[in-house]
Amino acid sequence: MSSNSRTSAFDIRLIIALLTGVYGLVTTVLGLAVTSDAEIDRSAGVNINLWAGLGMLVVCLLFVAWARLRPLRVPEHHEEEDPATPQ
Amino acid sequence: MRVLAADLRLDANAVDYVLLAFYFVLVLGIGYVARRHVSTSMDFFLSGRSLPAWVTGLAFISANLGAIEVMGMSANGAEYGLPTAHYFWIGAVPAMLFLGIVMMPFYYGSKVRSVPEFMLRRFGKPAHLVNGISFATAQVLIAGANLFLLASVVNLLLGWPIWVSVIVAAAIVLSYTALGGLSAAIYNEVLQFVVIVAALLPLTIVGLYKVGGWQGLVDKVSAGPGGPEQLESWPGNQLTGFADNFLSVLGLVFGLGFVLSFGYWTTNFVEVQRAMAAKSMSAARRTPIIGAFPKMFIPFIVIIPGMIAGVAVTELSGENKAALMAGGEAPSGATFNQALLLLMRDLLPNGMLGIAIAGLLASFMAGMAANLSSFNTVFTYDIWQPYFRKDRPDGYYLQVGRVVTVVATVLAIGTAFIASTYVNLMDYLQQLFSFFNAPLFATFILGMFWRRMTPAAGWIGLVSGTASAIAVFIVTESGVWTLPGQGAAFVGAGAAFVVDIVVSVAVTTVTRPKPAAQLVGLVYSLTPKETRQHETTGEDAGWYRNPALLAGIVLVVTIVLNIIF
Repeated sequence: MSSNSRTSAFDIRLIIALLTGVYGLVTTVLGLAVTSDAEIDRSAGVNINLWAGLGMLVVCLLFVAWARLRPLRVPEHHEEEDPATPQ
Repeated sequence: MRVLAADLRLDANAVDYVLLAFYFVLVLGIGYVARRHVSTSMDFFLSGRSLPAWVTGLAFISANLGAIEVMGMSANGAEYGLPTAHYFWIGAVPAMLFLGIVMMPFYYGSKVRSVPEFMLRRFGKPAHLVNGISFATAQVLIAGANLFLLASVVNLLLGWPIWVSVIVAAAIVLSYTALGGLSAAIYNEVLQFVVIVAALLPLTIVGLYKVGGWQGLVDKVSAGPGGPEQLESWPGNQLTGFADNFLSVLGLVFGLGFVLSFGYWTTNFVEVQRAMAAKSMSAARRTPIIGAFPKMFIPFIVIIPGMIAGVAVTELSGENKAALMAGGEAPSGATFNQALLLLMRDLLPNGMLGIAIAGLLASFMAGMAANLSSFNTVFTYDIWQPYFRKDRPDGYYLQVGRVVTVVATVLAIGTAFIASTYVNLMDYLQQLFSFFNAPLFATFILGMFWRRMTPAAGWIGLVSGTASAIAVFIVTESGVWTLPGQGAAFVGAGAAFVVDIVVSVAVTTVTRPKPAAQLVGLVYSLTPKETRQHETTGEDAGWYRNPALLAGIVLVVTIVLNIIF
């Protein structure tokens, strides 16, 4: 159990992207194909599954883009000083 | 007379359950992955002080965005309208900025591992024990109350028996907090924040469409019981219970804005722990400030749905709202606490409904996980290590942390069943909690800025502050002296604060202070300016990472929000 065991980087941004991606995909498909007119009427005429789904897909893409543009550097632990590598 | 409870059973179908299940798979997955990153007790209890500021910042507010916040604030929105936003704008944002700018350098800079440990270094063992034990006790009680609220919502929504949902929820929270420690709790809080916004934002938008946009909501609320003053945040007479405008504003600013909120946000280890997990001094100072950005806007997705429910949900509008506001029972049997659930039932189609349920359950579980992860830290570092088993290898304390998490969960199941016997437990807990926090804040602020304050003054001030708050509580509860609405909590906290200060000053004059050398890094005047500063190079460089500038932006936006509403 050395501190090397933490080298596998874990990026919460990709988990967020996974969650919003799956949720967005499911609700978009529901909104396009499944949600009935009666349900849409009930939500004040807004096809909320479709719109929320598209919104979540956008959020998913933003997080993927962020994770791509500024990839996680494996952090150095148990060290007092900041690694401070120049970008 | 028997009143039928409003029908809250949601029409969830297979898709909703699949979406819900997917969320729980991710939650447990995070616990499993975070476990591989735990090799020392510091990894387990403080995430090895390695997290970026945006993660700890979101976790900072998510830890507080539990059952009380989501259900309680939307209930307040349905009952009182926009003045509820004071709990966010007056009752949280200034204190969060103060924590980041003024107090965090001492917490993070002194390298303490918990808030009670700061008490130990500044005031010695008696104050340490008082603080550690009262904090640990409060956490177990609150974890139980969170668990019970979670189970009762699952029971209402999906029809599961209470005891099944208590045990299932406890098992899920336990498995990820015991495996991954604070990192798992924090990552799940970030995920919870995303899913709760994904649930509440569409609900708010659909709700606004339903009532005819913002203007429609204004017209309907103005025409209903409560009238147009529910659309202005000041002076908030209905919220405070004071008829007089001046007293109402004073109560909000001093009671809620100063004593209660500063006590809660700056000394409660559940919150401070998140900032302590940040990877640098700069990130720690930015944690509460970054959290303040979303915090300013949460009222719009929590309070406004409540207000919409108060005019658009049949069981809560019109005569029902009037009856509930008068303190009676609504003819429909609904309560304001159900505002959000009823609105979800009325407006959301399958699909969004599953996400909304996931969001609610996520927020309740994250609240409990926050209680557990701060409890195990305080118990291990502040009770077990200094007073029972000193000088063991680090792996021993890591093991203790895991075992204590299991024990705390079992205790929380017990306190959940105690909670189930009280109708108003949440109110009492919040009140008791403020009793512990208000004197703690007084002791902290004196201790950080007044080097002469003595160790004896530390614990005697704490104890007498708490005692006077409890005295006010007993007097108001027994009906000797009645105070309206939230007034009792404000007065109790105010009394605790003032008594703590007076007693601390009095005791200090007759006891011996600690030598100055032992107070370096703990007291403002004895801490060199450099050590209070943070790095501004590498990952901490750039104007957009400057805590003071960020805090200034938050302050301006909050003032603008107060002027508009």
